[in-house]
Amino acid sequence: MSDSLNYFRQNRLPHIWCPGCGHGTVTGALTRALAKLGIDKNNVAVVSGIGCSSRAPGYLDFDTLHTAHGRALAFATGIKLSRPDLKVIVMTGDGDCTAIGGNHFIHAARRNIDITTIVMNNSIYGMTSGQYSPMTPTGLLGTTAPYGNIERPFDLTKLAIASGATYVGRSTSYHVQLLGELIEKALLNKGFSVVEAVVGCPTYFGRKNKLGGAVEMFEWQKDHAVNAKAAAVMAPEKLEGKFLIGELYNQAAPEFTAEYAALVDGVRRKYDNFQGGVRECAQNSD
Amino acid sequence: MPNAKLMQGNEACTLGALAAGLKFYAGYPITPSTEIAEMCAEELPKIGGKFIQMEDEIGSIAAIIGASLTGRKSMTATSGPGFSLMQELVGYSSITEVPIVIINVQRVGPSTGMPTSLAQGDVMQARWGTHGDHPVVVLAPGNVKECFELTVKAFNIAEEYRVPVIVLTDEVIGHMREKVVLPDQRQIVVSNRAAPSTPAGYLPYKADQDGGVPLMAPFGAGYRWHVTGLSHDETGFPTNKGEVAGNLITRLMRKVEKAEPIIRDYATEATDDCDVLVVAFGSSAMSATSAVRQARAKGVKAGLFRPKTIWPFPEEPLKEIASRAKRVIVPEMNLGQLVLEIERLVAGKAPVERLGKVNCELFRPEEILAAIMGGSK
Ligand SMILES: Cc1ncc(C[n+]2csc(CCOP(=O)(O)OP(=O)(O)O)c2C)c(N)n1
Ligand code: SF4
Repeated sequence: MSDSLNYFRQNRLPHIWCPGCGHGTVTGALTRALAKLGIDKNNVAVVSGIGCSSRAPGYLDFDTLHTAHGRALAFATGIKLSRPDLKVIVMTGDGDCTAIGGNHFIHAARRNIDITTIVMNNSIYGMTSGQYSPMTPTGLLGTTAPYGNIERPFDLTKLAIASGATYVGRSTSYHVQLLGELIEKALLNKGFSVVEAVVGCPTYFGRKNKLGGAVEMFEWQKDHAVNAKAAAVMAPEKLEGKFLIGELYNQAAPEFTAEYAALVDGVRRKYDNFQGGVRECAQNSD
Repeated sequence: MPNAKLMQGNEACTLGALAAGLKFYAGYPITPSTEIAEMCAEELPKIGGKFIQMEDEIGSIAAIIGASLTGRKSMTATSGPGFSLMQELVGYSSITEVPIVIINVQRVGPSTGMPTSLAQGDVMQARWGTHGDHPVVVLAPGNVKECFELTVKAFNIAEEYRVPVIVLTDEVIGHMREKVVLPDQRQIVVSNRAAPSTPAGYLPYKADQDGGVPLMAPFGAGYRWHVTGLSHDETGFPTNKGEVAGNLITRLMRKVEKAEPIIRDYATEATDDCDVLVVAFGSSAMSATSAVRQARAKGVKAGLFRPKTIWPFPEEPLKEIASRAKRVIVPEMNLGQLVLEIERLVAGKAPVERLGKVNCELFRPEEILAAIMGGSK
């Protein structure tokens, strides 16, 4: 345990999250996974967008970048392409990742750029006090869905797989052990990895939908999550209203920054030794 | 002639960027700026640099800020619609003090407007496009050679003052071809951001309150610092103290105010004894130069003031010259943007006449000449 505490900026604690909020659990799982892998603190950049979830990097002892709403993956893409040797981790919320940041998400997945993305899905916009998000289940309430949400939610893991992510998993803040294992494997994957962590926002989602407090939300996670391996042999009607947890996809594919490095190698072999600055421009013509 | 080449403004901007040490480009194609992206895609791999075509302009500016944080000189290029999309993160670059360069090859707006046509309608957006008080520097080349020179300068200012710098060209300058003699690389002065020497005790936003520039550590070098677009104190972590937030904004603005006399750049023609002062930038200044010469040939004492730094504006030199003029004329390819700044500086000491134009056609020198002659009848 002391190992993973070492990855926190302990002088920045206590955190801003409400009692019972799931974001802290996910942040803890990430630090334990990093500690287990023995990852060097100086070799990590953690990037986030805007939201309660996106405040996590401020508590972590790495180079950390708290960006603009929805843009974490685009900033992270710049960091990773510039410094492929850094371990780049994105911490984001369901709103940050799939609403305003949805375009960056599918394109980062398509490129299979080596970024580990942890999506804290509380099915709501917590920071702005409880509006519905693209991952709020149909029929549930948000402050901007006072009559019940009529939109259909994303299945983030399917979206990630269809877009080209090479490692995809889902767990919950109740299934912490599994969450840690998935994050660990995501960190090891050479490519775009997505771990969705289903978490509770008792303050807004829980209260608005009369789901009870933190404890009841844990119970809900326990009752509604089905391990993907078990689900494979279950009758479809038994899976009604449930969601899958566990490793959902793991398939290698060429990684963007490695492909770019290969391209650079090829080009440089041709243009040997050129050191930059003003030079003959290939495109120049009359 | 050494290194004399026929080239486009967009090409000159790219070569200037490379000469200044560009190592990372992210962008999204848009006319009339696309040649810059195409050339960067081709040239950067040759020097071990990086190029990426992002999914949109917001992603592009985000990616260059990320890359700049790792210590690489980074830029993007765009035009009106893309420049509009970038605005939120221009503010992010300002408040986090991460150096970036944006080349905005202006085209007709608003909205999609006329993609391949000339306008200079982004003068105010370049200065005030993002919300809140924020520092930004805007440079405006008046010919192809200056595209090269001012792009080098843009990088140097970005690095020295840790501000976003916008090179504001336009469709005509970007696509125009001129013969340019490029300076030898060894003669080009290149600045690099000042870095701290040790992580011990590093305070990423500690600076002299009167417009000081803090030292910038690259990511991935053991400093483990925090960057946020929230108002922050000198540790880099968010603050909810109004006074601390206010001091930050004041320092950021002061940084550019203090830099103005140092980075100030402008050209003049026949201003020593001029009665009629024309103030013009970019492609409009090409026509204005010709108009001023024709007016002189007709015996009218006309002169030209051509700012190359337009934000911050070279205040004192303009005030000094304008104080002797009887009239000031401001031709620009919009319905009155730069003229607002000129009116502010001239402050009623001489009448300031607007000569706005939005029909996509470069000023004919005769149009400006007519304005010069018009008032002196
Ligand atoms: C461009 C922009 N639009 C809107 C906002 C307001 N805003 C801040 S956080 C947020 C939603 C965050 O929701 P989510 O990502 O799900 O994170 P949570 O707070 O639930 O952890 C919104 C809409 C903003 N900061 N920037
Ligand atoms: S509002 Fe919700 S998401 Fe935000 S800290 Fe509180 S419980 Fe967590």
